[in-house]
Amino acid sequence: MTETTFDHAHGDPNRLRGMQDVVAAHEGPAPKRIVTGYGFWIFLLSDIVMFSCFFAAYAVLLGNTAGGPKGSELFDLRNVAVETGCLLLSSFTCGMASIAAKARNRLYFQLAMAVTCVLGLAFLAIEGREFAALVMRGDGPSRSAFLSAFFTLVGCHGLHVSAGILWLLTMMAQVFAKGFRADIERRFLCFALFWHALDIIWVAVFSVVYLLGSAS
Amino acid sequence: MFGRLTWSAIPIDQPIPLVAGAVVLVAILAVLAWVVLAGHLPYLWREWITSVDHKRIGVMYTLLAMVMLLRGFSDAIMMRAQQTMAFQSQGYLPPEHYNQIFSAHGTIMIFFVAMPFVIGLMNLVVPLQLGVRDVAFPTLNSVGFWLTATGALLVNMSLVIGEFARTGWLPYPPLSELTYSPGVGVDYYTWSLEISGVGTLVAGINLVTTVLKLRTRGMTYLRMPMFCWTTLASNLLIVAAFPILTATLAMLILDRYFGFHFFTNEAGGNVMMFMNLIWAWGHPEVYILVLPAFGIFSEVVSTFSGKPLFGYRSMVLATMAICIISFMVWLHHFFTMGAGPDVNAIFGIASMIIAVPTGVKIYNWLFTMYGGRVRFATPMLWAIGFMVTFIIGGLTGVLVAVPPADFLLHNSLFLVAHFHNVIIGGVLFGAFAGYTYWFPKAFGFRLHEGWGKAAFWFWLIGFYVAFMPLYAAGLLGMTRRMQHYDVAAWRPWMMVAGVGAVLILIGILCQIMQLVVSIRHRAELRDRTGDPWDGRSLEWATASPPPVFNFAVMPDVAGEDAYWRIKAHARAQDLQKSGPDYRDIEMPRNSPTGFVCAFFATIMGFALIWHIWWMVALGGIGAFATFVVFAWRDHDEYVIPADDVARIDRANLAERRAGMQLEAAAP
Repeated sequence: MTETTFDHAHGDPNRLRGMQDVVAAHEGPAPKRIVTGYGFWIFLLSDIVMFSCFFAAYAVLLGNTAGGPKGSELFDLRNVAVETGCLLLSSFTCGMASIAAKARNRLYFQLAMAVTCVLGLAFLAIEGREFAALVMRGDGPSRSAFLSAFFTLVGCHGLHVSAGILWLLTMMAQVFAKGFRADIERRFLCFALFWHALDIIWVAVFSVVYLLGSAS
Repeated sequence: MFGRLTWSAIPIDQPIPLVAGAVVLVAILAVLAWVVLAGHLPYLWREWITSVDHKRIGVMYTLLAMVMLLRGFSDAIMMRAQQTMAFQSQGYLPPEHYNQIFSAHGTIMIFFVAMPFVIGLMNLVVPLQLGVRDVAFPTLNSVGFWLTATGALLVNMSLVIGEFARTGWLPYPPLSELTYSPGVGVDYYTWSLEISGVGTLVAGINLVTTVLKLRTRGMTYLRMPMFCWTTLASNLLIVAAFPILTATLAMLILDRYFGFHFFTNEAGGNVMMFMNLIWAWGHPEVYILVLPAFGIFSEVVSTFSGKPLFGYRSMVLATMAICIISFMVWLHHFFTMGAGPDVNAIFGIASMIIAVPTGVKIYNWLFTMYGGRVRFATPMLWAIGFMVTFIIGGLTGVLVAVPPADFLLHNSLFLVAHFHNVIIGGVLFGAFAGYTYWFPKAFGFRLHEGWGKAAFWFWLIGFYVAFMPLYAAGLLGMTRRMQHYDVAAWRPWMMVAGVGAVLILIGILCQIMQLVVSIRHRAELRDRTGDPWDGRSLEWATASPPPVFNFAVMPDVAGEDAYWRIKAHARAQDLQKSGPDYRDIEMPRNSPTGFVCAFFATIMGFALIWHIWWMVALGGIGAFATFVVFAWRDHDEYVIPADDVARIDRANLAERRAGMQLEAAAP
């Protein structure tokens, strides 16, 4: 055995014998901002796992229309394009709010958040109209397994956007009342992550449900 | 006004649940009355209910688990009694009641005994082992615990208000659909698990972040104690698997409440999708439970053998391998689905492969003991009992992983024996080992050894007497969940199993006695040193019980077995006497957020179960208001001044040194 074998039972596995200066260092606990952001990332991952279940269910039930309509007979791509535009633009304005927060500019922060909110509400309104039209025509979620999966997947995203808007309004109120305190900034970081993640999920919904669905 | 809730929901005609419920209610009221009359309520509220201290929350999780163990075990012994009696007769439990009991038994034992037990121990120990002052998100930690408690409360409410599911511990459709289960039983099941599932997810996120981001200086990944590694793996699995449970139960809820067609027989629903989804959560769940137990055994075996853990890095590798492979075996729960020989073969082989890292672990523990000076204290007894028992359970597991064999053994008592073999022999023995091992750390005195050993032997022998017969009965063709049967050949095995359940009951009584005796004799059992077992990791480097800030000065870690090195170092150089540099410590302020959240969650869950929609809205608004109020507070931390830290720490150090000298002087 050479000098550089791992000194196993009694030594430190992070230190090779004969190479005393090669040390795996660890600085200690990370700062709060990092910890909060990191924890929220993990939450987002778990949320994406949940969405992936609804995607899987949708994929399994796609053909099970039970004599009812298929996706291509239901989806209006122009509607969906407007929806997508709203949501992607709202992500942009959310980014502007982040920059305003960094610059400590309350006015622009509130403005950018308000626009984000309006765009989010517009998205929800269009989605709500689409859902209502389907239900009116008798193609609601209890029509077929395919429609159950469709309403659940898209509706779950819509519920997330609704929760996001509640959160957004709370953030606006907090910044209005308390300014850019460190803990409020951390919270805003999480909100921004959440809002952008909803965009990512929407891109998947758009591609898997609407684009592939219209083609079938 | 009250949705589906009417007076007929209270089962006046069924004496057993009513009497049981009444007894529990009287017990709860008596405890509450005592708490209020003795003036303990302010203390409980201040120090426990609103506590965000990871040690307190860990203790409360464990306590919840032990209380629910009594409930789950009552169900178990009722089932064993039924099966000893119900040979060519109806026994004493009517079918609809018997079905609720086996469903409640499984649900409670997995979600409200095993889960809170391991999460409680992880909460208590992991921050101490990592050398830090709290978990990453202390208030969320409290929210997580109280939501788990909400779930447990709802399950128990079903005993006297309405009914519980009759579907088994996993509500397979179409039986669990509205057509075949029109009552509120399945709704109790789904809502209590949705709510407690959020709590578990929160705990998982918290512990993952704690392990990955909060370790003390010098605590690199490969210096973490094994329990921290298994905690990491287990909580990664929680984060990845629990959302699947949430989504699956949400689909079932939509089917039942709004006429969706995910799992129905009509309109294109797919029943087997439920089995796939639920087991994609369910199999990782098995490892979520058993990995922390493996971690506990690693700590216990190495401490009581007086040796570093053998093959530390292979143990880490095995843990992470299990973490990943556990997601690739779910289909072995339903080989009989008819996915075809190729699919079954792949999942069969994956299921055998996952036994390999587990085998590596067993050998590592054996080699840790080999050449060591083994002390047979109670935690070590549990560890050895585990090794023997778990090997048997593992082998029968590999047996049922063979698809052709599984076709015969599917849904038989052989399977029931197998999973009790690994869950009791693995998870529960691990939890008991951890409970005995870390009890002195949490409370400052040891548990009585004599009663602990008695409990161990009754549990171990009781387990074998209760479950080995089930293997035999399963091979004789007896299926699970039988309310009565007519085959004479099964009867003797059921009688023996009934005796085993009684032996386990004596084991549980010994544990209760152990707790009572230990509390009464706590002065003699006092642990002054903070290190009662001659431990090797950092939780033993502070007083028992630790001060609220855990460590007056954050430890600086230089290698594996951190505390062992500190001890050796201190002995050589007498370093412990040098005065450390005390600083102000910021600690999170206690908060009722968790408790209030759970209060509204309970209201909301109950209202959803009974379709009381205005109450649902009330609960939702309350929960949002709590969230806003919490977000609005200005001071979420308080400062312990350096002088106070120094005073507390000097007193603790003096006490510990005196205790150590006393111990060194003793023969």
